[in-house]
Amino acid sequence: MDLAYTAEEEDFRARLRRWLGEVLPRLPAKPAAADWPGRRAYDAAWQRMLYDAGYAGLHWPRDAGGQGATPTQHLIFLEETERAGAPYVGANFVGLLHAGPTVAAEGTAAQRARWLPPILRGDEIWCQGFSEPDAGSDLASLRTRAVRDGDTYVVSGSKLWTSHAEVADWCELLVRTDPAAPRHRGISWLAMPMDAPGVTVRPLRTLAGSAEFAEMFLDEVRVPVGNRVGAEHDGWRVTMVTLSFERGTAFVGEVVACRRVLGELARTARANGRWDDAVLRRRLGGLAAEFTALWRLTQWNVSEAQRSGGVPGTGGSVFKLRYSHARQELYDAAAEVLGAGALDAGHTWVADRLAALSYTIAAGTSQIQQNIVAERILGLPKGR
Amino acid sequence: MTAAVDFRLTDDQRALRDGTRELLAGRFGRDRLRAAVEAPALDRALWRELGEAGFFALRLPAAAGGVGLGLPEAVLVFEEAGRALLPGPLVACQVLASVVDGVATGERIAGLCAAAAGPVLWEHPADCDELILVEGAGKEGEGDRAFRAAASEVAAAPLASVDPLTPLARLTDFPRTAPLALDTSRLRREAALLTAAQQLGSAARTVEMAVDHARRREQFGVPIGSFQAVKHLCAQMLVRTEIARSAVYAASVTGDALEVAGAKLLADEAAVRNARDCLQVQGGMGFTWEADVHLHLKRAWLRAERWGAARELAELLAEGLVTGAEAESEAGVVE
Repeated sequence: MDLAYTAEEEDFRARLRRWLGEVLPRLPAKPAAADWPGRRAYDAAWQRMLYDAGYAGLHWPRDAGGQGATPTQHLIFLEETERAGAPYVGANFVGLLHAGPTVAAEGTAAQRARWLPPILRGDEIWCQGFSEPDAGSDLASLRTRAVRDGDTYVVSGSKLWTSHAEVADWCELLVRTDPAAPRHRGISWLAMPMDAPGVTVRPLRTLAGSAEFAEMFLDEVRVPVGNRVGAEHDGWRVTMVTLSFERGTAFVGEVVACRRVLGELARTARANGRWDDAVLRRRLGGLAAEFTALWRLTQWNVSEAQRSGGVPGTGGSVFKLRYSHARQELYDAAAEVLGAGALDAGHTWVADRLAALSYTIAAGTSQIQQNIVAERILGLPKGR
Repeated sequence: MTAAVDFRLTDDQRALRDGTRELLAGRFGRDRLRAAVEAPALDRALWRELGEAGFFALRLPAAAGGVGLGLPEAVLVFEEAGRALLPGPLVACQVLASVVDGVATGERIAGLCAAAAGPVLWEHPADCDELILVEGAGKEGEGDRAFRAAASEVAAAPLASVDPLTPLARLTDFPRTAPLALDTSRLRREAALLTAAQQLGSAARTVEMAVDHARRREQFGVPIGSFQAVKHLCAQMLVRTEIARSAVYAASVTGDALEVAGAKLLADEAAVRNARDCLQVQGGMGFTWEADVHLHLKRAWLRAERWGAARELAELLAEGLVTGAEAESEAGVVE
């Protein structure tokens, strides 16, 4: 057990801090929350700045155009950018964290050359077409069909929860290519251009009032066979590579942010008198322990990933279960600090409180995560 | 390149943990555990054996006859003690090994009490040769003092301990004639951390007990562990354990006061909640005296009141948020 960083890592941190100090004041003004084209442009511009400075695709392998940084350096990057108030990955999320790593791991040389550089430069935005109205937790039951017609697939069906679909150039799409095969064996992974005829996107307004998600309807969309990554019918395995990336480091910056918010809650409560309430004080104290431990668990998961050389493992499920719950608790405590002020939807803590409600649902519900922990880590028998 | 942030145990640490587990399995297996429930006087021969194995001298320098290891290693050993439900004033003897002669080798047994608003409880009063009393607010430079007395000089009233493996007495009079030069805030911090390590071991053990039962016990023609209602209880038990483990291991490396407080809070919660859930999974059988789960629960309750209870720890951590000490503390910021 050792929690010190190496001189090399500290040097990396120092250089990054210097760079952030130089460039962040030059960022343009943040666009309005509902201005999706503006947000795309803003996120893309930030990605371009990262690219020019050599920070794009930090954790991607070098032969994929990345920096080949260690998971610990990636962790430092996420920690420092959050601390400095740098823009979040935003519209680049799917490209950088799902689709890109999948293409890097499973794509051909030509596919990597076509798709990876524009992701790293912020030139092309990707969205994710996995879930369907009838395929949520049970993703393998997806029904969007792709029928082979010469050199193209003809794709029909509908997708749900497609984030950033309105501004995306590409969609990483899961389709059923063999309806007769067992569920997990008849799925393929396609890169679908969003401007292809037959693609209809309808924004989906969430309970938070925002519209970063969309429904997507596909009506005989023609996708070249060359856009398939991995073997035909092997898309489930290809996808699992992607999902484990999602559970690995996706929340590093957020844990740092939660610790900062917690300090702000305490100072606000001191200022408005709510601090005199012992119940609230102890609640915040408990959350301090919680988020410190979550930060330590993050470091642990990252150090394990670094040494196993592979993708993050089941430790991610343990983390996600606890973190998603803790984040909801944090913003419930924020509401307690705000009192009637928690009814002001314009307050950022209130907006974050609403958004936090999705955390126990998205990327594997807490119930599914508990099944994973029980069956894959504890070895309990499958069943219902 | 190799990076340094690494939670994995070194080979030596793993060997220490495995060796301790083996020693305890051999010398304090289930038969001995159940015998101790009926006759809780400490086994002096076992205590000396623990001493010889370095249980108490672990952190003393080699020149002083110790093993020269640190808090992370002590935490691993105490985690094993918690798993095995090993009884005795283990924390006291570990933190007092350099203070009271004979404790490091296991020849003598020292107890440790902290003055409190409520009754001051003394663990294993009949087994202690000496007793150290720590008084004060628990903060440095705020009147913290420590005194030492022979057990025979201390007056105590009996108390029916909720934990059958930990006899308790209530201190009624203590001769404050032999003040000790002790870093009491450090002593409190280490005692809290080692107590948390025992809670962690207990929490990990009750997950195993619950899972083992859920795999073997059949109802409705299938193992009850195939039911999601049972699975999810077990999954949350593991989550609590691993969160507590992250906190306890990290605190053992940094020694940071707030991290220790957080680790104790989470380990207490893990040990108590896991024992409760284990009992629930075991059902009627878990409610019997014969099952071991109540021994874990009762000891977890006892430890949760020692060296910082949840109500005190949460206040301490809240205070840390306001002073900004939380943000400045090592957690997350290694400058």
